Amino acid sequence: MENYVYIALFAPLVSSLFAALFAQKPKIQLVGIITSLLIGIAFVSSFTLLLHLEETGKAISVNLMDWIVVGDMDIKFGFTVDQVTAVMMSVVTLVSTVVHVYSNYYMESDKGFNRFFSYLSAFVFSMMILVMSDNFLGLFIGWEGVGVCSWLLIGFWYHRKDETRDVNPSISPSWAANEAFIMNRIADLGMLVGIFLIYWNLGTLKYTEVFAHLGDLSHTTLIWIGITLFIGAMGKSAQFPLHTWLANAMEGPTPVSALIHAATMVTAGVYLVIRANPLYDMIPEVGYGIAVVGTFVAIFAASMALVNRDLKRIIAYSTLSQLGYMFAAAGLGAYWVALFHLAAHAFFKALLFIGAGNVMHAMHDELDIFKMGGLKKVMGWTFLYMGLASLALSGIYPLAGFFSKDTILEVAFNEHTYGIWFVLWLTAGLTAFYSFRQVFLVFLGDERYHEIGAHPHEAKTYALWAMAPLAILAVIFGFFKEDFVEFVTKLLPAYEMSEHTEEMVWILTIITTLIAVTGIVIAYIKYAKGLKRDINFEKTNWLYKLLYNQYYIPVIYNRVFAKPYKELSEIAWKEIDMQVVDATVDGIAKFVEKSGDVSRKAQNGNLSSYLKWMAVGLVFITVIAAIAVAVK
Amino acid sequence: MTIGLTHYLVLSAILFSVGLAGVLRRKNLLMLFFATEIMLNATNVAFAAISVHLGDLSGQMFALFIIAVAASEVAVGLGLLILIYKKYGTLDLDNLSIMKG
Amino acid sequence: MEAIAFYIFAILITGLFLVTAYSRNILYAMSSLAAGMVLISGLFFILGADFLGAVQLVVYSGAIMALYAFGMMFFDATRDVKEKNSSKYLVFLLSGFSAVMLVVIFAAPTIGSHIEPIVTASKGLDNPHAIGAVLFTKYLIPFEVAAVMLLVAMIAGIVLASKKMDESLSEIYLDADPETEKKEQK
Repeated sequence: MENYVYIALFAPLVSSLFAALFAQKPKIQLVGIITSLLIGIAFVSSFTLLLHLEETGKAISVNLMDWIVVGDMDIKFGFTVDQVTAVMMSVVTLVSTVVHVYSNYYMESDKGFNRFFSYLSAFVFSMMILVMSDNFLGLFIGWEGVGVCSWLLIGFWYHRKDETRDVNPSISPSWAANEAFIMNRIADLGMLVGIFLIYWNLGTLKYTEVFAHLGDLSHTTLIWIGITLFIGAMGKSAQFPLHTWLANAMEGPTPVSALIHAATMVTAGVYLVIRANPLYDMIPEVGYGIAVVGTFVAIFAASMALVNRDLKRIIAYSTLSQLGYMFAAAGLGAYWVALFHLAAHAFFKALLFIGAGNVMHAMHDELDIFKMGGLKKVMGWTFLYMGLASLALSGIYPLAGFFSKDTILEVAFNEHTYGIWFVLWLTAGLTAFYSFRQVFLVFLGDERYHEIGAHPHEAKTYALWAMAPLAILAVIFGFFKEDFVEFVTKLLPAYEMSEHTEEMVWILTIITTLIAVTGIVIAYIKYAKGLKRDINFEKTNWLYKLLYNQYYIPVIYNRVFAKPYKELSEIAWKEIDMQVVDATVDGIAKFVEKSGDVSRKAQNGNLSSYLKWMAVGLVFITVIAAIAVAVK
Repeated sequence: MTIGLTHYLVLSAILFSVGLAGVLRRKNLLMLFFATEIMLNATNVAFAAISVHLGDLSGQMFALFIIAVAASEVAVGLGLLILIYKKYGTLDLDNLSIMKG
Repeated sequence: MEAIAFYIFAILITGLFLVTAYSRNILYAMSSLAAGMVLISGLFFILGADFLGAVQLVVYSGAIMALYAFGMMFFDATRDVKEKNSSKYLVFLLSGFSAVMLVVIFAAPTIGSHIEPIVTASKGLDNPHAIGAVLFTKYLIPFEVAAVMLLVAMIAGIVLASKKMDESLSEIYLDADPETEKKEQK
């Protein structure tokens, strides 16, 4: 069984290294095939481990090697596959395999084909380290690894020039990549502080040991640890205020968005909270804070998606919103619910992104949905897939989203946090609305794409086959809920709904479905027949402008943080570095040179002067000898 | 007053410094040798004085050997001096700066 | 008595050596050096190191000064040696300071702690006897080595100073043979 752990862990690494060999060469199809195969092998291993764990119920631990053994500190490179890890591994590898296969189609005419697969597999490897590690430091390594790979992948087309914000809100791929990485880094500071606090107080970083001794710590310490760890999660999962990078991350190729910004990296934050559930169980006030932040982000992102015209950005805001749901569930203590939603969301969100990729390819990378329409005729399968995914996202029975999202709403109701319940309920309606707004504007109605001269066509067959597993899972995953609960609650606390909620379940379900259907119907009425734009409204209405410009938050960040920091950096460079540091180093060099020049003159070949120097040396030595003797 | 060890040591030191001053001053090679001889003699005086005052004969033995060494040194030194004079025609140290570097 | 002799000798020796160090005339320098050597030997006799005093007279004032007199052949004794002197004060400073330091260093142990003599003379022997007894027993090896060194110095002196060392002496004599002279003339 350990072999499966190693295979699952290292197959992506091998894949990445293999592709890296050819990174500078033009496209080699074999690279795409072999990398997809290796990731597929990783998926098979992960799933085998999942099944094995289901049978035996015992976690599998391997210890690769001792890593840091300094004084009292003994941190090993250890990996544990328990129930939570197995679920995460299976989800990650499944979506990764689909994305790898799909990328063969999407990146087929790109010059950096081999490089792309190398980065993508490296990302999968980092994510595996993250979820499989058995201590906080291994988690952190995976954390940083996915950050780096995300940077590499978002900035994949790094040679594109910067544009102004009104032309391209993300300015350029390299700018977006930097923004993503820097925001992650800011959050990582919080996470590091959290890890330090854990180590300082408990002397160990291994999950099992840390959670066993949490009771020894004071409540304040626990609160601090919980808050700082969540700050790290905020960066990775793009919670407010570190959320602007996720929308801008759409500058990367679409398979990247499908893998990283839908299914895996952004869920790392949720994974952290789920993994640290013993900690958060002891500090319910922090948990409540997390739930509030999550809820806020849910509606915040949904509001921005309502008016957006960019195909991928709408899906990005949707991801942001669903992450908010996950944090709300985790914050309220229903960890298995959050995990369940994480898995379900991974499937249908990745499907949505890949579908968007098909549309982009068909429309020659055009992203404005106002310029699309009526694509159903040409891209029937993509329409089906995206429709299914949107239905799942909206939480319509019997698709996966219904089971996961509704459970979250039930949890909110159960905890008597009716405010959270109301906001989440409203957001469900908004989610349904904007998802179907997108679907209808792209696939139904008048064919606006003729104005820009596009000739859309469906994606290649094998790409459509690759999307199939995700679609199937988006449909049937909900029915595995019972098995899932039984499986996962061997590790996670079982969250039982109270009696009161049991009665209310039917009413809640009906209300939720009602608002979702309402959203779909409104979208249908407005957009199914075609796009009717009111340019005046768009230009003058303050609410519209606020939402369209993302509440002007990117502009605020630029003016308040980015510009002053840049000025500070320039001062540090010009004033401090060049004039102080460089001058000092040059000064030392000049001093050495001059003193050498002066000393050279002592070698004049004149015996008399040499004798004088000998006398000086003699006096010097005798003085020192006398002092040494006197001191003794 | 009785002459103690200190008197002889002070005398030796004075003679040594006179010799040192000569060594540092002299630009003529031969006169440099004279000054070196002064220094050697000064140390001999010191050795002999300490030896007599402690009753230890090692000092006088040392002084004896120093005299022997000085003799050999003069012999070889003058031989070399003759060769230098034959080659460069001068014994002035300021002009003999061949090892300048 | 001893004090008077000591002071006379001390002042004379210092004065003479000052002449050696500072005089421009090489003849004066050398003569005062020779005189100083003799007086130093007198100093040794005052101390009671008879053997050393005698050796000083024989070797230093006798042989070494003779060698220096030989070296005088290179100079016009009447002419003054021109010497350029750039740093007078440095010289004084260095010499004076080194003198002080040396006294401090060498006087301190003898005055401060009690040093036990290692090689003592047997009672009742006068100085040459005592030195002889020590020289050929405890200091035998340095004695032999010094002998070898003197031999080497002698050979070195001969080699450095003589001409035509590449020819053998006997052949030089052969050149003066009347028969070979006649052959060369023809």
